[in-house]
Amino acid sequence: MNIHEYQAKKIFADYGIPIPLGLPAFTVAEAVQRAESLSNSAPWMIKAQLHSGGRGKAGGVQKVHSLQDLSNVAQKLLGSRLVTHQTGAQGQWVSGLLIEVPTAIDKEFYLSFLIDRSQQRIVIIASIAGGMDIEQVAAQSPDKIIQRTIDPIVGIQEYQCREIAFALQLNTDQRRQLSGILKALYRLFLENDLNLLEINPLVTTQSGQLLALDAKLTIDDNALYRHSELQSLYDATQQDEKEHNARQFDLNYIALDGNIACMVNGAGLAMATMDVIKLHGGEPANFLDVGGNTTADRVTEAFKIILSDPKVTAILINIFGGIVRCDLIAAGVIQAVKETATQLPVVVRLEGTNVEQGKNLLKESGLTLIPADNLDEAAQKAVQLSRH
Amino acid sequence: MSILVDQHTRVICQGFTGKQGTFHSEQALKYGTQLVGGVTPGRGGQTHLNLPVFDTVRQAVEATGASATMIYVPAPFAADAILEAADAGITVIACITEGIPVLDMLQVKTTLTQNYPKTHLIGPNCPGIITPGACKIGIMPGPIHLPGKIGIVSRSGTLTYEAVKQTTQNGLGQSTCIGIGGDPIQGMNFVDCLALFQADPGTEGIVMVGEIGGTAEEEAAAYIQTQVTKPVVAYIAGLTAPHGKRMGHAGAIIAGGKGTALGKLQALQQAGVTIARSPTDIGKCIKIRLTPNG
Repeated sequence: MNIHEYQAKKIFADYGIPIPLGLPAFTVAEAVQRAESLSNSAPWMIKAQLHSGGRGKAGGVQKVHSLQDLSNVAQKLLGSRLVTHQTGAQGQWVSGLLIEVPTAIDKEFYLSFLIDRSQQRIVIIASIAGGMDIEQVAAQSPDKIIQRTIDPIVGIQEYQCREIAFALQLNTDQRRQLSGILKALYRLFLENDLNLLEINPLVTTQSGQLLALDAKLTIDDNALYRHSELQSLYDATQQDEKEHNARQFDLNYIALDGNIACMVNGAGLAMATMDVIKLHGGEPANFLDVGGNTTADRVTEAFKIILSDPKVTAILINIFGGIVRCDLIAAGVIQAVKETATQLPVVVRLEGTNVEQGKNLLKESGLTLIPADNLDEAAQKAVQLSRH
Repeated sequence: MSILVDQHTRVICQGFTGKQGTFHSEQALKYGTQLVGGVTPGRGGQTHLNLPVFDTVRQAVEATGASATMIYVPAPFAADAILEAADAGITVIACITEGIPVLDMLQVKTTLTQNYPKTHLIGPNCPGIITPGACKIGIMPGPIHLPGKIGIVSRSGTLTYEAVKQTTQNGLGQSTCIGIGGDPIQGMNFVDCLALFQADPGTEGIVMVGEIGGTAEEEAAAYIQTQVTKPVVAYIAGLTAPHGKRMGHAGAIIAGGKGTALGKLQALQQAGVTIARSPTDIGKCIKIRLTPNG
């Protein structure tokens, strides 16, 4: 789960990590009021709050020089959809604003903590080239990136902080500041069950202070059950409506651009199903993994979600039952087709646990479902039917 | 022949009396697995599915001589269950549970590596392990398997079944199949499984099912290049997947340009691995590789 910058900065403040003076605002009047309470003279920074990067270049981060300016920009941003290079053409909803006192920046750095799959450890990545697209830095000048792995038994070590600080060319006082920040961030990462913590940029101010100018936190969905205080930070407006609905039913759904809706069990098989649809010249409308512990009701919900996409012209259901029983899926599909009264062709491929019971249920239902014996055949049929 | 488990392996189930534990224990028994009991704290001394229930894994091991376990306990308690099994001397732990917090697994992985280096953890969030006709520890559908000579290792549960079904249909069968799961922190990885399959005289060919993301396939390719002489076929799911929802910039940079589907395919091909372009070609590809002069 991603959270907003203003929420992440609140957590930073709780851990003593230095951030610019700032306050969130959700209406134009509130923005003006916040600005006045932060500082009695211009300028102010106004930052759109949305779960997407690339805000700066898209006009989502602006320096304003009067309250009138601030009011105009707030008016324009609040409730709009901001299009950045990460959002796609439809853009992403601006949930709120963060009003801050501007920072006199000396240097900008990149800093992140994340879980590295290949080392199976938490790593710190830092770069002297801050404020830029870090992937570009990695590709063009990997020597500007320093990476240190944390041993979970002993935690982050002072020498690692020093190595990073020297790589960032900090002075003695700043090295001491960075060490405190890194240790606090590590504690924050562990105590809040994060998957990713990113500060881009971390800056030194002209008076020599380190400051987290941005904050991006991703919380482990699987650990939310033990963080009631973090659950409340979930913002439904930041997700595709269908993806939001899917989340409510524990379904893993990602909207795509094609016209063949897919419902599959297992993420790998779901991706493979998309691959085979493409091999046969079709385009998948979505990725949907109904998961292991599914019920007939969840299958029905999944069906409704994929049908709510107006681009869909055919549906492909591909289930290889292990934990999931085919008879249960079949019952869900029958219920869903009846409830939604869909006229679209539905190709069903069932295999695995209780497959015969499942196929019989479909046969006896009297519905016009198109059976397929394997994935190739299923994809071929779905692609053909999607063109009618 | 097989790896890790066979017809003599004595197995227990943790989370035995729960819904999932019960259903899949029944399936395991039906398949002929030597399931010798289970663990549910607080229900020790009872009988479930005509087998003894124990309060702790240690008691279960002492009473039954079990060396393998399958774990179906809910996610908040699964990390604890894994460590309990390791500490009781269990050497093959298949953790089926999905949704374990990644930092819990980070602790588990560290402790296992440090204190129980001989313990094999499979998963979590995986279908488990099966040696066809001998021992089924997990949630895979038994009837699709056939005792035979292909070792199968996969990151994806249901895609494993595709590979199994095809190698059953073409008569090759499987020596052992392992679903290693797709969680960021996991027990056995591709390389661990490849090493065991290479050493197993009963395995003549290996099927590897990967996915986009991470660098596990690249590491497997490097290992295959120098250490594996048996024919290997790989399928990588997600070749046509659009650039997914990114969790942030940091995800990709650490891999240093690795992790893309293309990078994985090239690395595997250079290591002499045959690539199945479609999951429906896996059986065909391994059959060709096992045919002399094929």
